[in-house]
Amino acid sequence: MAYADQDTGHHEGSNKFIWKYVFSQDHKVIAVQYGCTAIAVGLLALVLSWLMRMQIGFPGSLEFIDPTAYYQYVTMHGMIMVIYLLTAFFLGGFGNYLIPLMCGARDMVFPFLNMLSYWFYLVSVIILMSSYFVPGGPTGAGWTLYPPQAILQGTPGADWGIIMMLASLAVFIIAFTMGGLNYITTILQARCKGMTLMRMPLTIWSIFTATVLGLLAFPALFVSAVMLLFDRLLGTSFFMPYIVHMGQAMETSGGSPVLFQHLFWFFGHPEVYIVALPAFGLVSDILSTHARKNVFGYRMMVWAILAIGGISFIVWAHHMYVSGMNLYLGFFFATTTLIIAIPTAVKVYNWTLTLWHGNIHLNTPMLFAIGFISTFLIGGLTGLFLGNVAVDIPLSDTYFVVAHFHMVMAIAPVMVVFAAIYHWYPKMSGRMYNETMGKIHFWVTFIGTYLIYFPMHYLGFEGMPRRYYAYEGYEFISESAQGLNEYITVVAIFVGVLQFLFIYNMAVSLKYGKKAPANPWHATTLEWQTPDTPPCHGNWRDNLPVVYRWAYDYSVPGAEKDYIPQNVPGGHTEEDIEHGGDPQGAPA
Amino acid sequence: MSGVIKTLASKPWLSGQDTVGAPADVEMFALPEQKVGLRVFFGVATSLFLLFIVSYRMRMYYEDWVPLQEPLLMWFNTGVLLFASVFMQLAKGRAAAASWQVAQRWLILGGAGAMAFVALQLLVWQQLAASGHFVSSNPSSSFFYLITAVHGVHIVGGILALAYIMLLSGGAEDRERYRMGIDLCTVYWHYLLIVWLVLFYMLLTT
Repeated sequence: MAYADQDTGHHEGSNKFIWKYVFSQDHKVIAVQYGCTAIAVGLLALVLSWLMRMQIGFPGSLEFIDPTAYYQYVTMHGMIMVIYLLTAFFLGGFGNYLIPLMCGARDMVFPFLNMLSYWFYLVSVIILMSSYFVPGGPTGAGWTLYPPQAILQGTPGADWGIIMMLASLAVFIIAFTMGGLNYITTILQARCKGMTLMRMPLTIWSIFTATVLGLLAFPALFVSAVMLLFDRLLGTSFFMPYIVHMGQAMETSGGSPVLFQHLFWFFGHPEVYIVALPAFGLVSDILSTHARKNVFGYRMMVWAILAIGGISFIVWAHHMYVSGMNLYLGFFFATTTLIIAIPTAVKVYNWTLTLWHGNIHLNTPMLFAIGFISTFLIGGLTGLFLGNVAVDIPLSDTYFVVAHFHMVMAIAPVMVVFAAIYHWYPKMSGRMYNETMGKIHFWVTFIGTYLIYFPMHYLGFEGMPRRYYAYEGYEFISESAQGLNEYITVVAIFVGVLQFLFIYNMAVSLKYGKKAPANPWHATTLEWQTPDTPPCHGNWRDNLPVVYRWAYDYSVPGAEKDYIPQNVPGGHTEEDIEHGGDPQGAPA
Repeated sequence: MSGVIKTLASKPWLSGQDTVGAPADVEMFALPEQKVGLRVFFGVATSLFLLFIVSYRMRMYYEDWVPLQEPLLMWFNTGVLLFASVFMQLAKGRAAAASWQVAQRWLILGGAGAMAFVALQLLVWQQLAASGHFVSSNPSSSFFYLITAVHGVHIVGGILALAYIMLLSGGAEDRERYRMGIDLCTVYWHYLLIVWLVLFYMLLTT
């Protein structure tokens, strides 16, 4: 508690722009820095996806897209979206903003380290971007960076691009570690009085678990990146087998590309949950608030988060069924993959039951939250297909896989990113966004998602392989597939362009939006109870809040209002306390 | 462990267990946040070293692996690191007893021990290179250089932190931070010693 009690006056004397907004140690500023950088780099990845789609839908229409450029787009799009956008946004952005506020702390416990974390992240982004300016351009190895091909001559960016990519990842991991230490320690040690673990909002539980996953899983990426760098720069043979390249025997021999795959996916699968778990938590809080109902099965939700976190470390090889690994191993991983569906399904049921009999307000954050349930469910179900060895083998490396992971870990988390930005925007900026624009943004994104990705499942069933530069001349792909590809491209570009409406909405509302009340959604959690909106540096003026109840006292029978904030003392009514009434609130 | 399960089994929203209306006691580790943070970091570093160990063990079963003959000097290095850890422990004890000057002396020895270890490890590298074992000669030597380098980088990080803490020792108002810094460094030294013993054992026996 020592930190939470301490006064943060040592920053407040310095009001200069540079200390307030650039080298700030305020978790809220750092969160916004993380968020803005992630969105900026994400927009670039969005444009890359358009270029890819142009090549697939209208091959040859853009002359500058040669195979090299195409593979560079594929690689950079994937890596940016997964690591530099989603991971950074959920943990660096929402984690930073919400942990101290929701826990009732003044800031992260190590504010300086927190600031460093952002600057290291920025450096990693700069290294990644500068790979566009080195000879040969960025790597085109695919986001999984599999050796030997990733570092062989002939693969785009094999000279410099791959080195920049691996270096950037290493720096990102250092940045994440600094941030992660903060998130964990703050949640463990800086909660305000009364905020027991089981009174924490699910957002905090999920960010906590995702951070633990990240801290344990990112080292695997670090190890594989360092070893791959050694193979590339120093001629070692960690992963490089004996290769005859262009008629010449290479110096390397005996290495194991499958070892890299194991390391990569030991990181790669928890990574899915590093992105998904925060989304789960945020969406739980948003659903509960806008349905005016306590989240259904809070304790089960916490258990499910922890179970998913644990099991996510023993499913990784389901990404490797076609790598030639032992068949019995495949059986094991197929089983664990099906098992992890159980806690995940518990969460989906609980979200649905949270909505049941709720007083649902269909505003923009709620729409996106419900959109998330839908897209996550569809993406999750196709995951069951791919988790089974016998079904995965024919579908492996087809557009079915592309459709699956975009639904489950691209669109679904992005839905939550939007839901959460809309939901917390009034607190962050002190202004309301434009609701009409928000709703247009939702409907176009939501319907667009299905229009884009449903046909991809079909293309995958037909056998259309992913990562091909051109699809002409393959007899197993029907001619009509090209028509479908054109259509997907058109929709994707339309939906993509519309995302700028969101940015416009956010930017314009910052200045012209209606002034936001302190608690526009009538939410119970602590961040809405701050004395200032947006909260000042130090969050809580003189006194830290004291928590008297869990985070979900919505529509409590007999209570005056339909929500009771966590820091409001006393029972719900005199009668409640006397009779030990059940404050859950949901009528049977 | 039972505490965790008890926590997860509680139903704070039901009256009787954790009554609504009263601020409950908050479960926390009885440690300052710096020490908790360092322990979390140990979790990350342990994961990192374990993954190197796992990769090593997986790679060594391939045909081309030729076991490396480690230089005897490494035994001496291990002793130096052990003494560095002992010196740090002594510094910690003196700092707890507020005899700052003696503490400072042990600290210098602890830091010097760590620096000597790094220098001696470089000497080991030199010996290996002199006997024809370069980084790309065989996966066993590749791993040897890589793993000792990663461990060495962690030691160097510790030395930098120690240097920073020793700069703090000037003012009286910094005494608490100074003592905390010494505690953290000491634990870190011990941690890296244990990691080294595990790595050393693995390198020697394979």
